[in-house]
Amino acid sequence: MSASTTHDQIRDILSEHARMPADASTLSDGDDLYDSGMTSHASVQVMLALEEAFDVEFPDSMLTRSVFGSIASISAALEQLGRAAAA
Amino acid sequence: MTISVPRKAFVARSEADEAFLQGVCRIADEVAAKHVGDVDMHARFPKESIDALKDVKALSAFVPMALDGGGVSFAAIAEACFELGKRCGATAMIFAMHQIQVVTLVRHAAKQPFFEEHLRRVAAEQRLIASVTSEVGTGGDMGSSVAALTPAEGGHTFTKQAPTVSYGAYADDLLTTLRRDPKAKGGDQVAVLSRADQHRLDPQGTWDPFGMRGTCSPGYIVSATVPAEQVVEQPFAAIAPQSMVPVSHILWSHLWLGIATDAFDRSRAFVRAAAKRTPGMTPPAATKLSHVMGDLQLLRGEVKAGLADYLEHFDDPAWLMTMGAALRFNNLKIATSDQVSKICQRAMGVSGIVGFKNDTPFAVGRHLRDSMSACLMIANDRIHSTNAGLLLIAKEV
Repeated sequence: MSASTTHDQIRDILSEHARMPADASTLSDGDDLYDSGMTSHASVQVMLALEEAFDVEFPDSMLTRSVFGSIASISAALEQLGRAAAA
Repeated sequence: MTISVPRKAFVARSEADEAFLQGVCRIADEVAAKHVGDVDMHARFPKESIDALKDVKALSAFVPMALDGGGVSFAAIAEACFELGKRCGATAMIFAMHQIQVVTLVRHAAKQPFFEEHLRRVAAEQRLIASVTSEVGTGGDMGSSVAALTPAEGGHTFTKQAPTVSYGAYADDLLTTLRRDPKAKGGDQVAVLSRADQHRLDPQGTWDPFGMRGTCSPGYIVSATVPAEQVVEQPFAAIAPQSMVPVSHILWSHLWLGIATDAFDRSRAFVRAAAKRTPGMTPPAATKLSHVMGDLQLLRGEVKAGLADYLEHFDDPAWLMTMGAALRFNNLKIATSDQVSKICQRAMGVSGIVGFKNDTPFAVGRHLRDSMSACLMIANDRIHSTNAGLLLIAKEV
């Protein structure tokens, strides 16, 4: 799986679960998701959806605002968990 | 009345801790206990006990010695809340809420020149600091603000509608949470300090509550203009989980334990008096007392465990920012606030009508009323709802 499709998948999940006023497809990789209107409640739903879609479990050390703060940081976290690289 | 002595140390105490706790225990027994009835009856500020605490420099106890403070440990501050809670819940709550602000400033702002100097002033002048965190329109969510810090001549200005500001009218300083600027999202908050000569408090309504009457916590419209240097630079989103939330729940739970302990002590005194009147037989109320003691021991266990967990991670912001940590201290609050009112109610059941009357040495009515505030201070239902979300994703709980 290439980085761009990982990012597209993340965008799809954000569109469905992050409940941001902005359209997730218009976000750039580095945009701050919380600044874009993702609430902490919605972020939990995003985390759950990412775990399901990528078949991973985020350890507690990764469940922070900084890890889920942008598409790029989510992608980096997924890569670190080995999923993106293995695919 | 039994005179308090600092209990056997749960964690090692320094000389500064010992001297501080001796002073606090004396004030609890000799000053707070003497005025608690009047404070409660008239819903008035416990001026005598707060003044006495200022006299022994207790308001700057947690300020480091390098900044002219007492250099007392966090564990000793918690112990002081317990000791004050035994004698006057309102004094203990005011002391606890002040210390929450001090701990927050020491841990998150002391490197800013303004706050370094201000902490020296807290020590020199024994300034009392109140907080303005709750706000009309946020549904009780402290992590979100409506009012925003707005650039103005001479720095920043703000106006915030607070449904409750404890001892606001008696405080020298306020620490207020606000959106960082008028364009910021609700969760993008900063904490701002204002002195009484910089802010204005317009009272909204009166103060005649069921319990914790001496905290004098009516609503206000708070407005101020402050220089930029009085804004804490670290975002509130980092300060809350590392300090303000766990410290609140630990200090509150300690003073609730104090209230419950005195309710238990009073019902125990009642049972002992009854036993002396009927030599040779154990009064039926003694069995009820045994149940209350079991509940008290559970409460004590959780209060101590919560403090121990925080001390273990005191300098570990990464852990304090985890969901597991949020759940841990949320649960401390829920469990101890439920338990304290249960204990006070059951203590009243031990002494019956004698404990129900306000004018007997075994009266626990004030304890019961004060304890009922515990489940409202950050409503337990709201915390359960937060926990429910966190439990969906957190692993190490």
